[in-house]
Amino acid sequence: MLLGQMVSGLFEAFKLIIEGDPEIYTIIFLSLRVSGIALFIATAAGVPLGAWLGLTGFPGRRLVVALVYTGMGLPPVVVGLVVFMLLSTTGPLGSLGWLFKVPGMILAQSIIALPIVAGLTMSAVGGVNKNVKQQLVALGASPAQVRWATLSEARMGVIAAVLAGFGRIVAEVGAVMLVGGNIQYRTRVLTTAIVLETRKGNFGMALALGIILLIISFFVNAAVLRLHRKELGES
Amino acid sequence: MKRACFLLLLSAITFSGCFPSGTRGHAQPEELLLATTTSTADTGLLDFLLPKFEQEYNAKVRVVAVGTGQAIQLGRSGDVDVILVHSREAEEQFVNEGFGVKRYDLMFNDFVLLGPSSDPAGVIGARSVLDALGRIASRGATAQGVVFASRGDDSGTHKREMALWEQAGLGTPRGEWYSSLGQGMGDTLIAADEMRAYVLSDRGTYLSMKDKLRNLSIVFEKDEDLFNPYGIIAVNPQKHPSVNFRLAQELIAFFTSVHVQQMINEFGVDRYGQPLFFPNSEQWWLEHGGE
Repeated sequence: MLLGQMVSGLFEAFKLIIEGDPEIYTIIFLSLRVSGIALFIATAAGVPLGAWLGLTGFPGRRLVVALVYTGMGLPPVVVGLVVFMLLSTTGPLGSLGWLFKVPGMILAQSIIALPIVAGLTMSAVGGVNKNVKQQLVALGASPAQVRWATLSEARMGVIAAVLAGFGRIVAEVGAVMLVGGNIQYRTRVLTTAIVLETRKGNFGMALALGIILLIISFFVNAAVLRLHRKELGES
Repeated sequence: MKRACFLLLLSAITFSGCFPSGTRGHAQPEELLLATTTSTADTGLLDFLLPKFEQEYNAKVRVVAVGTGQAIQLGRSGDVDVILVHSREAEEQFVNEGFGVKRYDLMFNDFVLLGPSSDPAGVIGARSVLDALGRIASRGATAQGVVFASRGDDSGTHKREMALWEQAGLGTPRGEWYSSLGQGMGDTLIAADEMRAYVLSDRGTYLSMKDKLRNLSIVFEKDEDLFNPYGIIAVNPQKHPSVNFRLAQELIAFFTSVHVQQMINEFGVDRYGQPLFFPNSEQWWLEHGGE
């Protein structure tokens, strides 16, 4: 019976996409909007932070690195809980009125993605071959030029960092459920819709939404990697 | 995989069933899987009743607390032995389609309409719950600050809410004032409290969370339309031979017996000053005058 539901889930997924059910599209676009904007914020802050941590040494750096790595494992539901308490009407940021609204969800997902983007960027930058840097210095490059060259060497790793951040937040359910409230037409995203359909016993529908989520992830990854390959081909 | 686990479980159960039931304390307890709604688990009623059943019958009851929709689905797929839910129509359909053997009346509680104490829709003093919902809908559409939060999860409570909108002649509500959350009762109450929204809740969950809900209070209650009966149904062993039908029937007999019904009637009185559930089994009414 469950196997039958898995097969029908697959069919349902394609049916939903092709038929263009307006509620499904609202959910898909909201997922992309929330995770997209959150990723943009996390990238804008996380890539420079990661690059800085990977390139420079300073006292206490190891502590910061340990904190970033710990942050990579932050459970989304814990982030959701803390953001919920901050944004609650009795919380310190209650006056913003972001609870159960899109900005609150973006805030929570940015916090989840930031350490992932920063941590993986740091690893990528730190992993650039030391010889390259020495050669550049020997060739008379300025420190700024060395830094720039290191970053561009680490480009593939930085792209992987951003994609990992996207994969994490587009698939997380704990934070958007708590902070967004899963409100129909307003804060319901793919993952919270999957939880809801499962609770309703609509396993086929839940699976269909899961498949749509996978398809989105696949296309986002493929598009970014293709862009990157094109760029490599030209250079 | 899931099936294999169940078969393994089943063989464990059949083996333990080989011992005569008199050898309590020696034999491995039999397992029983019960799917129920969050309301019975969240209020602590099952934690109160089940240990007594487990001791008396040398059984171990595993409780899966989900929405009524999912609980019924778990019964349909034979993943549980017995379901305890509150959605009469869905329960009757479950039995009529042969997934359940027979529905037994167990108990009832009632729903209450909660709202912000400021009562922006002027619901306090409404003639009926339908009138109250009508006021929320019409004020919600025109005035700022009137909001309704719905479970929106196909649960028994959500189905009742939808039926009430229908009865009030309002169809399926939509609009800025109406938030369909798709979450459990506790989560919905917390959200409604934050949003200062009106919300339909079962009395039990509300009372058990009352001290956490700063903005909400009962704005309408005690209407016949707010009556909420719970039924208990054993999964049909002819549909799913792996279920433990015998133990499921024993659990039903235990729950509907007069002395357990009396316990249900007393549950929660010490803490909330009023019972959360009211006895409703056939045996109970035979004893306590159905005249």
